[in-house]
Parts: sequence; C-alpha cells; structure tokens
Amino acid sequence: MKPALFDYVAATSIDMAVAALAAAGGEAKILAGGQSLVPMLNFRLLRPSVLVDINRIAGLAYIEEDADKIRIGALTRHFQLETSPLIAKYFPVVSAAMAHVAHLAIRNRGTIGGSLSHADPAAELPILALLLDAEFHVVSASGKRIVAARDFFHDALTVDLAGDELLTEIVLPKLPPRTGFGFEEVARRHGDFALAAAAVTLTISNGAISAARIALGGVGPTALRAGGAEALLIGHALDDALTLSAVAAVRAVLNPETDLHASADYRRHLAGVLAGRALAAAWQRANTGAA
Amino acid sequence: MSKTRDITVTVNGTVHEAAVEPRLLLADFLRHTLGLTGTHVGCEHGVCGACTILLDGDSARSCLMFAVQADGRRIETVESLGRIGKLNALQEAFHEHHALQCGFCTPGMLMTATDLPKKYPLASDDDIRKGLSGNLCRCTGYQHIVKAIRAVVGKAKDASGDTS
Repeated sequence: MKPALFDYVAATSIDMAVAALAAAGGEAKILAGGQSLVPMLNFRLLRPSVLVDINRIAGLAYIEEDADKIRIGALTRHFQLETSPLIAKYFPVVSAAMAHVAHLAIRNRGTIGGSLSHADPAAELPILALLLDAEFHVVSASGKRIVAARDFFHDALTVDLAGDELLTEIVLPKLPPRTGFGFEEVARRHGDFALAAAAVTLTISNGAISAARIALGGVGPTALRAGGAEALLIGHALDDALTLSAVAAVRAVLNPETDLHASADYRRHLAGVLAGRALAAAWQRANTGAA
Repeated sequence: MSKTRDITVTVNGTVHEAAVEPRLLLADFLRHTLGLTGTHVGCEHGVCGACTILLDGDSARSCLMFAVQADGRRIETVESLGRIGKLNALQEAFHEHHALQCGFCTPGMLMTATDLPKKYPLASDDDIRKGLSGNLCRCTGYQHIVKAIRAVVGKAKDASGDTS
C-alpha cells in the first residue's frame, strides 16, 4: 500500500523541527530513519497530517565523550553505533547487541533516537537504555527537559514524549571499572525482533558483585529491569546456585504474551535461560578484566 | 494539501530533476517516474529486501524512503552494476552459481551483496547468511546465492594479495 497524503517539512535545525511539531498541534510525526514509521505509513496504520523530516538537521548525529559519560545524537544511525570505537571501548554491550538489530540496510538508516521513541517491546535499544541508566534529552518549542530511561517507556510503542517534543540526545553514564557484560537474544531469524533478549552488567569488588543490572526485552509491553534479581546478587560471587535463584527471580517478574511466534510460557522460560547465560558471561568478563 | 516538491537526484550517475509528491516512495520514483524497473517492490514494509538500493553508497530499502528525501543524494540501482553482455563480477558469479531462479529477489540480493563486503569481512559462510538475512528468496535458492557471494569475496581477497 501507499501512504495517505501528508504535508512534509524538511527541518534543517532543531528549532525548525520543534516549531513545525508545535504548529501541527500533535498531528505531526517525526521522520528519522523511517524504518518503523514508513511501514506504518505504507499500511496507513498512521495518517499524520505532517511529517517533520529531521534527516537534514546538521549536528544531530554524533558520538562524543565527556569525562563521565558518552553523549549520542538522536540521528546517529545503528551502523555508526555498531562500529563506533568509543562505544566499543566504553559500552561493548551495545556493540554486541547492535549486531542483532535488523539487517544492514536497516541499520544504515535506522537511528537511535527513532528506535527509542518508537519503543518496540522487543527492540534492542530500549533494553540497552534501561540497562545502562541512560538519560534522554528532549526538546520542544517551550523548553528542554531530561528524562531517565526508567521513566521513559510507558507501554508498547508509548513513551514519555508529547506530540510537540523531539528526543535530541541520549546520554550514557560510563560504567565503573571491573564491569563485565552479557547480551543474549533469540529470534526466529537473524535480525528479527527478539522472542526474548537479556542484557546484564556486573561490577565486582573484592571477588563479589558490587553492582548488578539485568534488563530484558520481548517479554512484556516494554523492556524492563529485574530489580529483585539484581538485589539478590549484591555481595556474592556468582555460582550455579545464585544464578538459578537470579533466573527464578527474573522469571517471576515477567508477564509475556502468547502470540504467533511463541507462547507466554516459552518466552518466560527462554528469558530465564538467556538471563542465566548473560549473567555467566558478565561474571567471566568482569573477572578477566575484559570490560 | 500536499503540493509537489522539486528534487534533484543522481541515479546511476545521471542527474534527474523531477517534481514529486512528498508521499511518493523512492522505489516508486525509480520504477514509475524514471522507468528503472530493475528495483523490485515486494512487501512495501522493509521485510523482503527486494527494493534494496544504495543511497550515497550504503544499502537502504527504497520502499522505506520517500523520493523527496533523496533530494541532493546519490542513488545506485541494480541497473548500475552491469548489463546483458557486460555483467559485473558479482552478477557473473550469480550466473555461474545458479544464484537466481525466478529472479524477483535478485536485484535486492545483488545490491545487498554489493554493500556487505565493504562493511564486514564475511570470513565465514555464516557471516554471509547473516548479512543476507534481510533479503527473502521465495524460491529458497539461498545456498547458491551464498556460493556466488563467497566466490566474489574469495576472489577479491586473492586479487588484493590478502591471503590471511
């Protein structure tokens, strides 16, 4: 099918983009990479009156380092994230996860800001944003605000962004030394949305876990953190018994749906298995110093 | 409501000027406005990969872009690779290895396989399969497509003297 009629604004600055969003009174959609939006337009699942194209805004695609954080421009393409030396150095979990994001032609176009704003429940970037306690910089014609990742994802395809707001920057706080990661995903076909995915970071101190993060995707309306399982790990060395307890705590907070691709029970089981593998990988990396 | 926009796009080295509705998909612009029907349209939602083209050298789905977005950009379609009697190395390899049956997916496969070796080493056939995972062949002739790409990637390594 083909999209319904829309007006088109090729914004060349953030100011111009948010002015166009404000003028449309909530009836506009932002066109970034378009890899999720355009299919919905083609099927006429969405019929916005205005498309605000942000692809021509200079200086909205970047990966930059500050002392304690990495800042990523919203228009940064997936392929740039996947291959960035800065990301590989400070957030190898992101480099590892990006290889699971769709296919090259889509990674060439899709953007970090677009994926996070779209918030597909099984997409990798929302999982990573939650895992890494990202903060999102949001701009509208009336001002700026900063939203924590854990407050951003409300429901499937529903985030804390008003119709006149544009996500402009994603900030990832650097991880402590001696932090290891694990990322595990199962999809029916390489690059498809995850049936389940698990991402873990573990920080160790004196042989015990001093900080733990476990994030999951594909198993509920939004990606989520397994806070109970994280708390179980603190102060201990990871062994088989502790892994089993953590996996059980992960499964306990999941409420996945049954669909064409997998049953709820299968997804819950799978998410636990993946979390266990990711924990083991993170523990090993933290202990061998390979961040 | 939706007035046309004037765009200038370089397609396969030729500069084209056109007035397009903003909702015109790049795939339809290439096929219907320019008559370049080598680019195929399958699913129109980015799943099948048949419409893959190169945008400023990078593979992209032409069904997930509007023609107006290509203003000032450079597009390569399958027509840029070669023609009958003068196929490029990749097309020759597809021919040699029987990497096409009905041919519907072939333009997308070729354009994807043009971009892949520029971005990934493709050391194993599994890497090639992962790289092709966004392109569907409903004749299911994947084995031969992988063989054809392997032949070209292997040759390229030999030609550069890199035997590592």
